[in-house]
Amino acid sequence: MSDLTHLTISQARTKLRAKEITATEITEAYLSAIERANPTLNAYVVVTDDKARDMAKASDAKLAKGEGGSLEGIPLGIKDLFGTEGIHTQACSHVLDGFKPHYESTVTANLWADGAVMLGKLNMDEFAMGSSNETSYYGPVVNPWRRSRLDTVVMPTTHQGDGGFVSAGGTRTARTLDNAQLVPGGSSGGSASAVSALLCAGATATDTGGSIRQPAAFTGTVGIKPTYGRCSRWGIVAFASSLDQAGPIARDVRDAAILLKSMASVDPKDTTSVDRPVPDYEAAIGKPIRGMKVGIPREYRVDGMPEEIEALWQQGIAWLKDAGAEIVDISLPHTKYALPAYYIVAPAEASSNLARYDGVRYGLRVPGKDIVDMYEKTRAAGFGREVKRRIMIGTYVLSAGYYDAYYLQAQKVRNLIKRDFENAFAAGVDVILTPATPSAAFGIADEDMAADPVKMYLNDIFTVTVNMAGLPGIAVPAGLDAKGLPLGLQLIGRPFDEETLFQTAHVIEQAAGTFQPEKWW
Amino acid sequence: MSVDLQTVKRVARLARIAVSEEDAERMTGELNAILGFVEQLNQVDVSGVEPMTSVIPMAMKKRPDVVTDGSKAADIVANAPATEENFFLVPKVVE
Repeated sequence: MSDLTHLTISQARTKLRAKEITATEITEAYLSAIERANPTLNAYVVVTDDKARDMAKASDAKLAKGEGGSLEGIPLGIKDLFGTEGIHTQACSHVLDGFKPHYESTVTANLWADGAVMLGKLNMDEFAMGSSNETSYYGPVVNPWRRSRLDTVVMPTTHQGDGGFVSAGGTRTARTLDNAQLVPGGSSGGSASAVSALLCAGATATDTGGSIRQPAAFTGTVGIKPTYGRCSRWGIVAFASSLDQAGPIARDVRDAAILLKSMASVDPKDTTSVDRPVPDYEAAIGKPIRGMKVGIPREYRVDGMPEEIEALWQQGIAWLKDAGAEIVDISLPHTKYALPAYYIVAPAEASSNLARYDGVRYGLRVPGKDIVDMYEKTRAAGFGREVKRRIMIGTYVLSAGYYDAYYLQAQKVRNLIKRDFENAFAAGVDVILTPATPSAAFGIADEDMAADPVKMYLNDIFTVTVNMAGLPGIAVPAGLDAKGLPLGLQLIGRPFDEETLFQTAHVIEQAAGTFQPEKWW
Repeated sequence: MSVDLQTVKRVARLARIAVSEEDAERMTGELNAILGFVEQLNQVDVSGVEPMTSVIPMAMKKRPDVVTDGSKAADIVANAPATEENFFLVPKVVE
């Protein structure tokens, strides 16, 4: 039955509708895959097996009557940031200890309305703050990808009894997997690891500075952060409200399009949800890109970027050119200021959003001698190091006397970053192609990153600009590095032009193929 | 700009996070590394640039001023660490 986990969403959808398989069968296949793999990969923090079985049964009843929704019977993993009614929702933080909301986020409600089955809640960096999934209260997630080494193996010379040589020997190459555990990226590390290791058909994720696209790139999966306002933020634990957006991580471009269609909606409960109908993203897949203008921003060529990333980028350019696109060099002059501006805006918004965790309304409470002492002890015990660091930075930059120098300056720079993109699009560029990350996945407990928080932040250097400007961005796997690890390319589009991203990403996918880790877990 | 130990302790107080002497010392270094990194924003000429208020231009949605929700006090206090008769319980704040 485990081969059912190899089906993409679009393949499973066809087989479910044709009654070749049942939702119960495919759900059971995923539940047993999770049972075997999760002790090693730690992608799920909670497995909702009873609920999954009930939902699958309900889907089977609908499918039998030919009534299924667009995701009927498709088993999905849900990032722990999404509020799920009656089910563990902790943003992988200790401060939300025991929290089970009495409401359902709009995005997950949309998925269930379309017939999807919930397998469980996925691990993530605490409050989505991190780029390696190591800040989770539930421990790090392991990337199903491992480095491998190309060895030259000397073929033995075969000797025959009569003393004559029949084989003169020679050499061949073989790949050997390295044992070192790598991070899946973050903050949606559980989502990326689970999709890559076939522990769900697809997953929800969120992206504030790169948290969908960076882990997708690190695991050979497809991740799209839609335009700000496309998916409702209602019921999703808030990190930085002007940057947060939900989106899917999937095995291929088509599956990402299917998932986004269901997740996106117009929601009166979120005042930043945009009043425009959700298009059929899947319809964009397969459309030719002949004549499309693809911008290549020179500022994304950064110092110290590995040769392989540059080579991948050139390969991407060549693929799009071969498909008939016109390649144009562009300049986005304020690119280098996006990351520092982000590290003012995001912590400022986070310090305000996370003020609600006070030991009174939900989650953890540590008793104190008075109410302020209770607040301080609760927050000291409930938040991890990275979260505290960001709350502190946010509190400092918003404090009296510093607001203009930091926050206001950052919001002005943010407008300049957005204007750079507007100028490029006004000049006729349809889509922008960049690398997704400055490196492949790195090791768990990497010493350089642990010693300097800024080093970890640099992971988001290519993705964070997109959040600052509110634009849609997709990461699509494009190849493997010399150590056999996946690398991704990023496409950035005009506001609400996710269709062009799916259309163009599919061209890259057709040329590059899809990538599966060798199973060792 | 950089912060000293006293400033870190003051900010921790503002943020309502208890910090030990050791935490505060470690955070001073970390915060200064981040503040050093964001310092480069001062190089940008922002004269005549408005601060961003909305990343996607849109009019704020309004809804009719009618009751759409309510009468679920039990749901609201359900996750609280301490409650009594649908009230949140906190340590005594008034003498």
